[in-house]
Amino acid sequence: MFFSKKKLRLASMIACGILASAIFTGCGGDSAGGGEGNKASGDEIVIGSNFELTGNVAQYGANANNGLKLAIKEINDAGGINGKKIKIVEADAKSEAAESVNAATKLISDDKVVALIGPAVTANVIAESQVATDNKVPIIAPAATNPDVTVENGQVKDFVFRSCFIDPQQSEVMAQFAVKELQAAKAVIYVDSSSDYSKSLGKIFKEKFEADGGVVVMEEAFLAKDQDFKAALTKIQTANADVIFVPAYYEEVGKIVKQARELGITSAILGTDGWDDAKVVDIAGKDALNNTFFCTHYFEGDDEVQGFIKAYKDEYKSDPNVFAALGYDAGKMLINAIERGGDDSQKIRDNIETITDLQVGTGKITMDAATHNPIKGIVVIETKDGVRSLRTKIAPVTAEDKDRSEAS
Amino acid sequence: MDFIHQLVQQLINGVSLGSIYALIALGYTMIYGIIKLINFAHGDVYMVGAYIGFAAVTIGNLPIFPALIISMALTACLGMLVERIAYKPLRHAPRISLLITAIGVSFFLEYASMYFVTPTPRTFPEVMPNISFNVGGFIINGQQLLILGITIVLMAILTYIVQKTKLGKAMRAASFDTETAQLMGVDSDKIISMTFCIGSALAAAAGVLVGVYYNTIDPLMGIMPGLKAFVAAVLGGIGILPGAVVGGIVLGVVEALVAGFLSSTFRDAAAFAILILVLLIKPSGLFGKNTNEKV
Amino acid sequence: MNSARKKDLVMLIFGLVLYGILQTMISAKIIGSFWELNIILICVNIIMSASLNLINGYTGQFSLGHAGFMAVGAYVGVVATVKFGLPLIVALILGAIAAGFLGFLIGLPTLRLRGDYLAIATLGLGEIIRIVIMNIDYVGGAAGFKGIPHLTNFTWVFMAMLITLFFIKNFVNSSHGRACIAIRENEIAAEAMGVNTTKYKVLAFTLGAAFAGVAGGLFAHQFYLISPTSFTFLSSFNYLIMVVMGGMGSITGSIAGAFVVTFISAALASFPEARMIIYALALILMMFYRPQGLFGYMEITNVKPIKKFLDKISSAKGAAT
Repeated sequence: MFFSKKKLRLASMIACGILASAIFTGCGGDSAGGGEGNKASGDEIVIGSNFELTGNVAQYGANANNGLKLAIKEINDAGGINGKKIKIVEADAKSEAAESVNAATKLISDDKVVALIGPAVTANVIAESQVATDNKVPIIAPAATNPDVTVENGQVKDFVFRSCFIDPQQSEVMAQFAVKELQAAKAVIYVDSSSDYSKSLGKIFKEKFEADGGVVVMEEAFLAKDQDFKAALTKIQTANADVIFVPAYYEEVGKIVKQARELGITSAILGTDGWDDAKVVDIAGKDALNNTFFCTHYFEGDDEVQGFIKAYKDEYKSDPNVFAALGYDAGKMLINAIERGGDDSQKIRDNIETITDLQVGTGKITMDAATHNPIKGIVVIETKDGVRSLRTKIAPVTAEDKDRSEAS
Repeated sequence: MDFIHQLVQQLINGVSLGSIYALIALGYTMIYGIIKLINFAHGDVYMVGAYIGFAAVTIGNLPIFPALIISMALTACLGMLVERIAYKPLRHAPRISLLITAIGVSFFLEYASMYFVTPTPRTFPEVMPNISFNVGGFIINGQQLLILGITIVLMAILTYIVQKTKLGKAMRAASFDTETAQLMGVDSDKIISMTFCIGSALAAAAGVLVGVYYNTIDPLMGIMPGLKAFVAAVLGGIGILPGAVVGGIVLGVVEALVAGFLSSTFRDAAAFAILILVLLIKPSGLFGKNTNEKV
Repeated sequence: MNSARKKDLVMLIFGLVLYGILQTMISAKIIGSFWELNIILICVNIIMSASLNLINGYTGQFSLGHAGFMAVGAYVGVVATVKFGLPLIVALILGAIAAGFLGFLIGLPTLRLRGDYLAIATLGLGEIIRIVIMNIDYVGGAAGFKGIPHLTNFTWVFMAMLITLFFIKNFVNSSHGRACIAIRENEIAAEAMGVNTTKYKVLAFTLGAAFAGVAGGLFAHQFYLISPTSFTFLSSFNYLIMVVMGGMGSITGSIAGAFVVTFISAALASFPEARMIIYALALILMMFYRPQGLFGYMEITNVKPIKKFLDKISSAKGAAT
């Protein structure tokens, strides 16, 4: 016989022993992890890039990643920080929340990165932020504009920062612009219902626009990657609105504007920073883009952004878009935090929180420690005959200003 | 009056959207007809066709029609190559293995393209004047009219080839029973290869025309239209050429009406719901013949 | 105790020992948190592939909408824990019931369809489920459901996986399972032999959907946020790939398929740009050389040396009891 009774009994006892000890340790230990951050060692500082490199928002993730890589390349070419080079380890968030958690876990636990940059899209950052918080590794999200990214239940998330402004600011600016500058009374809101970004902008625009005395007469939705918008646009046309608010990304925006004009819709079309890509002109056509306005982070004609635009063109042979610019800014912020003596996750986090008047690609920014949002300006851009011009520039609103205006 | 106006405009929108599904569905249905393979890579062949057309226009500086021909020719070669390398060795394997291979080919085409051309979408230069006609208050787009025309002409030519020529007879024989056809002197391998050639050329034509009309192309552009085209093909009765065109147009019209009168966000759900309803009533599609399985 | 039961017991002990070893390694930090996460994912995927195998492999019904049932389980589960404060076990059971019930409702009419028509219908239904969830603001809509507590851990997924595997194995070896296999082999012949084909097809579909619901609940409580984008038809393809790669109609195959696919994906995480290309090529090559999958219809317990070993210890066990 292969096993004797005794041996078998012994084997099952050992098995039970292992099992019991495993259950015991399994319950005793904190299964969620909960590290104490990572520390740079050796002559390299390792940072993690967790962007959507495949899947349906890969284009945004890849652009932001390019911006980040440019910022890091510049500092490494200049000799690094205190003689130490920065090394980027890339992981793919695959355009999915669960995969973003997976990639962040890998970067933190296997690659021991001191900080994370990315992903591009709000939902993926929110999923990732829990991992970063548990492990005490800071994140800078370049383009996630939803307020919930850095704040949860009214409490700021200690380790989550961003390098862009937030949605309420954008919608507020555009609602005011519609009412005051365009004298609009009736608006249609046309959002991408597969995107958190688009939906929340639409919601806030409605509140602000109606508070300013306008009426939202119709709300319509499409889905990212749609090609044909004519059905919904035919319906929108019947509303006869003064403005159509389309807070969405450039690929769909270009097609929406083109098809709207084709159907004979002449109303002003308004948008947000997702519009900020030179491709909109190529997709929609010059004529179609007349009478369109959007707000964004910087104006390409500004003197202070010329350095970034030139460097980007030299590196990638194409114009940067808004994702690339924000990825670059996030890289600059992280470099600054490391330069000021940040060699481990905790110090880098503290230093990001105290960034003041830092010159980044798109202007000067200061981190608001109370919300972890940077304080920065916002510009409204008009497109005419395919050429963009600066329509209005709204100076940064600091936290103190806000307190004052709320108090009065 | 206003409602009627909107309804007619939505029907026009629907037919023009449907003509694109129909154009892709033609190739889908041909390939399915002959080797009973849901060729999930068909949408990606369409994407590659669009990129070849784009390269011909921008790098080769060619006008649109030569670019279209080049794209169709090269994509036809790609289609035959895919069949020869990936599908032919599995001709006697279980069908599900073939399907998984098709999914593998689809992933490969998507991500190899993404590797080489980056995920950033490209914009087609304006190679064709974009004219819209205003007929009694209804807007009809010239390019979409062209797409619809091309779809119908191609459908007619293909139907002629399949029904009246020797090649078509061989195709039908191979589709009916590959082994017996082989015994009767039909070179099945060659016929299957030809089918992939024609099907892929059709996909390329669709890719270039859609690229020109909607102005953008990207490496993942084939996923949704590919799926919709398959739905269209099944809706019409898979393997039947006029069925694919009718299925595509029905699908386009349903989507336009749902988006126009109900909600855009339920548009895709409605398209699938219609498909399922049709299948439950007529399990082999609108034009399909019900065949009883023999024991 | 008959010998089948004894073999079950041996496999169970083997499973528990494996659990013990892995859990000890995780607790001792020999396995880092990245691989811990991926081991959890492998277990979730094993539940998905084994349950899909019940439908596709054993009953021969071509379903392409499995991710939809997973989504139902996931969303019902998180609503139960977050909105109603129920414990995880209740959430998982509710998710399974909801997904199973939906599977029953959907299966009843659609399982009349055959082959590719059924495939496209189930794919469509999976997409409809996803689109409907995307339009329910109560669960976060397209943005996803935020603030899910992290309740899943290795113990939960491993135990759920063991239960699923044992259930499916015993189902397949029961007279119900034999009826399902008869349907796969020849539906008309099965019907002629008196098998109520509709009943067994719907039964297999419902059970498969219910287990997918359990997997969904576990998945949701692992990742803090779930959104409809995690449950597209492409993820259904992924589960199908696991089933076919492992072998249709083999539980061992489902385990191997889920393991291989998840492992490849995790191991290639450091090469984001080339990852999908390598994966696609691996898939195609795999189908060339083993179109029937790694295990075909084989079970690990039937592989000669292992079968011998099992027979020996189960007879030893018999002597012991």
